[in-house]
Amino acid sequence: MLYTVIDINTFYSEMEKDDLILSYKGDITQELLSAIYPIIETRLEKEVEDSKRRRKIFHVLVECLQNVYHHMESFKNNTSIEFEKVNVGGLFMMSRGEENSYRVFTGNFILNEKLEVLKQRIDKVNAMNAQELKAFYLGSLSTSELSDKGGAGLGIIDMARKSENKLEYQFHPLTDSYSFFTLAVKIN
Amino acid sequence: MAENLIIEGSGKTPTIKLLFETGSIEISGKSIPENSIGFYQPVYSWIDNYAAKPSAKTEIKIQLEYFNTSSSKCLLDIFRKFEAIKKTGKSEIEVLWHYEADDEDMMEAGDDYNSLVDLTFRLIKI
Repeated sequence: MLYTVIDINTFYSEMEKDDLILSYKGDITQELLSAIYPIIETRLEKEVEDSKRRRKIFHVLVECLQNVYHHMESFKNNTSIEFEKVNVGGLFMMSRGEENSYRVFTGNFILNEKLEVLKQRIDKVNAMNAQELKAFYLGSLSTSELSDKGGAGLGIIDMARKSENKLEYQFHPLTDSYSFFTLAVKIN
Repeated sequence: MAENLIIEGSGKTPTIKLLFETGSIEISGKSIPENSIGFYQPVYSWIDNYAAKPSAKTEIKIQLEYFNTSSSKCLLDIFRKFEAIKKTGKSEIEVLWHYEADDEDMMEAGDDYNSLVDLTFRLIKI
């Protein structure tokens, strides 16, 4: 596997110390997501009493998974890369850690040309407080165009809003044209 | 001839009931599809047809448990279409935004849409 990068392994073992709920490596399809959502929902209903918090966790999970899904779709549809050399797979993990916190970890390939925009967006969001995030969200909602490929960058803002935490990310350069992108979101 | 549009809900998509004669619009359940535009396309088309001969009163009932960010954009587009109908003066339009008593985020979302579009919103606690 191309993405057995040390950082990811470190993260993986760290998450395994938590109570690992679900771990998946491979193609992330609509069918897979349809199967995952009810599993997680049932689990959260058992573990999280506060329905408000349960909704937040589920919401973050959905945005994270759809982010990977859209990245993978656009990566697979890009013809400039020789895919036979790449095992096009995504990573997804969800765990429960200390003080009943939840962590969602995702990983996906990304074209290097898209890397800077994504990095800037996450850094921008990470620097914002709750009020600024809300204003940024509403501004993006009312002005941005939505494509069938993705959500106009709203997902990143929403992950930060709902998790009330900074988004942790890394880019692992793999070739001149693409990298592996990992994102971790913690919900206290 | 305009027809009603009814779409049964699924694990990822809401139940949609668009009734032409009574001007009764309902979107309820979960809205977390990967391709929201594709899902809401028939709704857009229906509203475009409805705009030609809307009912004197239009009631839009929204009762969502969850919606993802791409659906949030589609909802705004739907409200904007109704805003355009309102501007023609052909229909009185009211949005009934339902939220669970403990779901402040959903209440806030209703409030946010209220601030973004020129439609009458009623926030209804369930």
